[in-house]
Amino acid sequence: MNKKTILNMKEEISKLFLDNLDMKKLNDLKVEYLGKSGKITELSKGMKDIPNEEKKEFGMLLNELRVLFNNNYESYKEKIETEELNKKLASEEIDVTLPATNIKTGSPNILEHIIEEVEEVFMSMGYDVVDGPEIEEDKYNFELLNIPKGHPARDAQDTFYIEDENILLRSQTSPVQARTMLAAGGNKPIRMICPGKTYRRDADDATHSHQFMQIEGLLIDKNISLSDLKGTFDTIAKKLFGENCVTRFRPSYYQFTEPSVETDISCFVCKGKGCSLCKNTGWITVSGAGMVHPNVLRNCGYDPKEWSGFAFGFGAERLAMLKYGINDIRTFYQTDLRESITFDRKDVE
Amino acid sequence: MISLNWVKDYVDIENEDLNELAVKITKAGVNVERVINSHIDNLVIGEVVECVNHPNSDHLHICKVDIGEKITQIVCGAHNVRKGIKVLVALPGCILPGNNEIKAGSIRGEESNGMICALFELGLEEKTEENYNKGIAEIDTDLLPGTDANIYLGTDDTIYELDVHKHRNNDCYYHIGFAYEIASILSKKVNLPDISHKEDNDNVNNHFKLKVDTDKCPYYTAKMVKNVTIKESPEFIKKRLISAGMRPINNVVDISNYVMLEFGQPLHFFDKDKLGSNILVRLAKENEPIKTLDGVDRVLTTNDIVITDGTKPVCIAGVMGGENTDVDNTTKNILIESAIFDAVSIRYTASRLNLKSEASIRYGKGLNYEYTNMAIERACHLLEKYADATILSGTIIHDTLDKTPKVVSFKTNEVNTLLGITLTDNDVETELNRLMFEYTKENDKFLVTIPNRRLDIDPNVNDIAEEIGRLYGYHNLVSTLPKVETRRGQYIGDVKIRKEISKRLRSLGLNETKTYTLTSPEMANTFKYEDKTQVVLPNPMSIDKSVVRTTIIPSLINVYEYNKARNIKDILLYEISKTYDVNYDEDMKVSMLLKGNYITNEWQHTSIKCDFYTLKGIIENLLNYLGFKNRYTFQKATASEMHPGMTAKILLDREEIGIIGRVHPNYKKDEIYVAELSVTKLYNKQIKPLKFKEATKYPEIIKDVAFVIPNEVESEVIKKQIIKSGGRLLTDVSEFDLYPNIEDNKKSIAYKLTFSDPTRTLTDEEVMNVFNKVISEVTDKCNVKIRD
Repeated sequence: MNKKTILNMKEEISKLFLDNLDMKKLNDLKVEYLGKSGKITELSKGMKDIPNEEKKEFGMLLNELRVLFNNNYESYKEKIETEELNKKLASEEIDVTLPATNIKTGSPNILEHIIEEVEEVFMSMGYDVVDGPEIEEDKYNFELLNIPKGHPARDAQDTFYIEDENILLRSQTSPVQARTMLAAGGNKPIRMICPGKTYRRDADDATHSHQFMQIEGLLIDKNISLSDLKGTFDTIAKKLFGENCVTRFRPSYYQFTEPSVETDISCFVCKGKGCSLCKNTGWITVSGAGMVHPNVLRNCGYDPKEWSGFAFGFGAERLAMLKYGINDIRTFYQTDLRESITFDRKDVE
Repeated sequence: MISLNWVKDYVDIENEDLNELAVKITKAGVNVERVINSHIDNLVIGEVVECVNHPNSDHLHICKVDIGEKITQIVCGAHNVRKGIKVLVALPGCILPGNNEIKAGSIRGEESNGMICALFELGLEEKTEENYNKGIAEIDTDLLPGTDANIYLGTDDTIYELDVHKHRNNDCYYHIGFAYEIASILSKKVNLPDISHKEDNDNVNNHFKLKVDTDKCPYYTAKMVKNVTIKESPEFIKKRLISAGMRPINNVVDISNYVMLEFGQPLHFFDKDKLGSNILVRLAKENEPIKTLDGVDRVLTTNDIVITDGTKPVCIAGVMGGENTDVDNTTKNILIESAIFDAVSIRYTASRLNLKSEASIRYGKGLNYEYTNMAIERACHLLEKYADATILSGTIIHDTLDKTPKVVSFKTNEVNTLLGITLTDNDVETELNRLMFEYTKENDKFLVTIPNRRLDIDPNVNDIAEEIGRLYGYHNLVSTLPKVETRRGQYIGDVKIRKEISKRLRSLGLNETKTYTLTSPEMANTFKYEDKTQVVLPNPMSIDKSVVRTTIIPSLINVYEYNKARNIKDILLYEISKTYDVNYDEDMKVSMLLKGNYITNEWQHTSIKCDFYTLKGIIENLLNYLGFKNRYTFQKATASEMHPGMTAKILLDREEIGIIGRVHPNYKKDEIYVAELSVTKLYNKQIKPLKFKEATKYPEIIKDVAFVIPNEVESEVIKKQIIKSGGRLLTDVSEFDLYPNIEDNKKSIAYKLTFSDPTRTLTDEEVMNVFNKVISEVTDKCNVKIRD
């Protein structure tokens, strides 16, 4: 072995990796040069014949050979591997436009959707959400609410009676208000809403339903005024129908409120100019309300000299029909999945 | 229907724009739904000055008609047209009912510049063959040709159609009452009509004895008139009745209706000579018969009030008179009844007999006794004037009415507090004067007497605040918010768990439905997995909504059918609803239905089909979420309409809370899975507080074993034994393989057993010891063998 052999070898190694090599050839080369009887290994064996004073120099040269080979080998290997991986990845390319796996979530019933929205607004204003029995006593549904037996107000609420005239399917959610007042014992303020199912003897068609949902509410405290009801209704209307919504009160008459009002919102379709939705009036009636009648307060354990309050009621179907442009009340009770699936999303804030 | 011409008799509205007035009235709380102007333009009175036969027709006439400014030619087909009569002429431009515009033209070659009209053509009479045969209207009038015919016809009126709330449909449904409302709004006064009349020496008490035998007639008055002449009513009465939507008949009948529309008090006229000399007001006997004046035989009940001649009924009080005492064309002497009956009884009777009339509706709302008195005098006034009647002196009266005036005392401050406004005492006085409420004032306290015509007002400060508020105007309210400390509101009681369940099921892919509580008996009796008796409505609207359901499952099946018919393949539903049994015990339930795929990717052919175990997984997920992990089990069961081999009861703390299974293929061929849980039962259970459980730091050792098990033995049994034998070190067991029918009537189930200890690493040896113990005890106690 002399220096020339080593230098030749160096040149040889440098050229080796200029060819096109695959993984097998590459590994063959490794064996050819660094294997048990590889060319470099063989050279190393010649070290024993090298005079001691030159051993260090030869050793360094041989090491350079090894490093040279290994560096070339490793970088070539990486090159092949990268190519192979890229080839594999290319072969795995997918069509990202193909349909997704259908991960399903369910939709709420449209009425529940609007009720939850209303509940959210009222809860943020401190109102609790309460429910009560749907099979109800006449006492709670009528008598305590200033609608004694024989009163004409009962005729309009054609009621499903179950047992004589004492047990009935509730014709309004107001009995929950009576129950809440009685439970509070006449000495605590109340803020509550009671969304729930109600029943009246109406033949079902596009605008009537024997079963429907009311969202009634009650606030009892000291020194509550009709202006407070107006302010509360303003807030609700803006949250449900947008910041530009304007409200008005019209005098009206209900048994359990006095004074009573009908509450209108400015038409959100035509902005008050007049359209088919608002029948060219610019206004849409959405709720009945008023100051709780002193008889009702008294009947339910509150002293009208000390306490006052207001009550209001929305029809959930009407709200939903207005807000989402639904024309047929039966929509809510049929659950056509093609329609209801739309409601599996949040609405604009 | 309110005629403004009529209202003008009582309140000055001469200079009011009636459309604007309608808006003011509506703003003050009585809804004027429609303002109808009945004026027909280009309709004049004409006089036929020449009439010859049309040369080209066998029935048409060519007429020369004087219409004031000129004489014009009109072709007319009526049989009664002739020279010299005064007629109604629609000139070109006149629009008749049905949007029929009159134009000048020619008829069979002869010029025609208008139309001579029949009353039915003007919409003033019904379009009947009889009226058609009468031909054109012949007018008996001194009005000159060319005069606006509306003056003659009374069609120069404005009519308000009202949509009034129940409370005000008492005083706003007669002209004097409505005049008070208008007067309040316009701050004017009301003039009541003339009720004066002469009286004969003869006294009604010489002719009649009155007895009232029921407390349902608190007020009964009657007067008698003699020698009436039955004839046509004067024009003004006819016109006003027509304006108010009533048909004129004859002077006597029309006067009774006229007075009712004035004072709101219905009157009844008996033919005195048919009636005899006794009046007994009493409750009817059960099944007592009466033939009413419409000729119908009716049967009464003990809830009906009747007027009798002492023995037999002559009138169903407040509802309809009897044929036997009816006023007819030969009637001479009349007994006028003006009374107040129990409003509730009248409503019940009228609705039971399906006889709702202008009169019965008014009795049914309650009446003001002051007008009961005035109405009878007014009727006498009119009968004297327009039916030549002689009025007998005296009035028969029965009176047990409580006439205590309704008085309310309040301070201005109380009204201000209720409305949230700042009126002064003077403002309140102004409003009370507008309302024409009598009041006195002591210091700062008002004492207001509520007039009897306002039956809707109770003596509360709230009622006064309402009256003042609606006149003051709600648009003057300033919005404020209740000044109370606030916290966020909460879901109270079972509302919260209902919301939680609902949200969870939605996130698990189920769609919420809402169906009817009332079902058909047929539906109500399917899927009856509980021993519950249902509430059945005694008077349902229809049989398909007659039973209060105890289970929601049949309703979900309906929703399934509805969607299936619309070609929807994957149908995943739930509903939460209250149910009731015959004891009115409430049970809120959540019901679920699955059909089709739970997860789908069609082009990848990777779908998860809904089966028993999908639904079971949803229920377990829900129960775990609610905090019931490890407290529930599924136990094989049977139920009607359910697959006998694929149904289970769901137990929580050993209490039955629901059912799950496949719908019986005989009931529905499709592979439908349903389940129902009692939310009420879940709500009543306590759960433990949520705690952190640290994951073990030491390695777990997993061992698998498979057993060959008789088909009838449930996996749960084997699993329980494994857990029992595994002891403390066995931390989890799960099934991971099933071979059905591996041997005759036997299945093989493979179990994965996980061993670990939270404090140290387990040795192979100790795990093997436990594992072997498990195998030997399971094979021994469960009578199964280990699979090779």
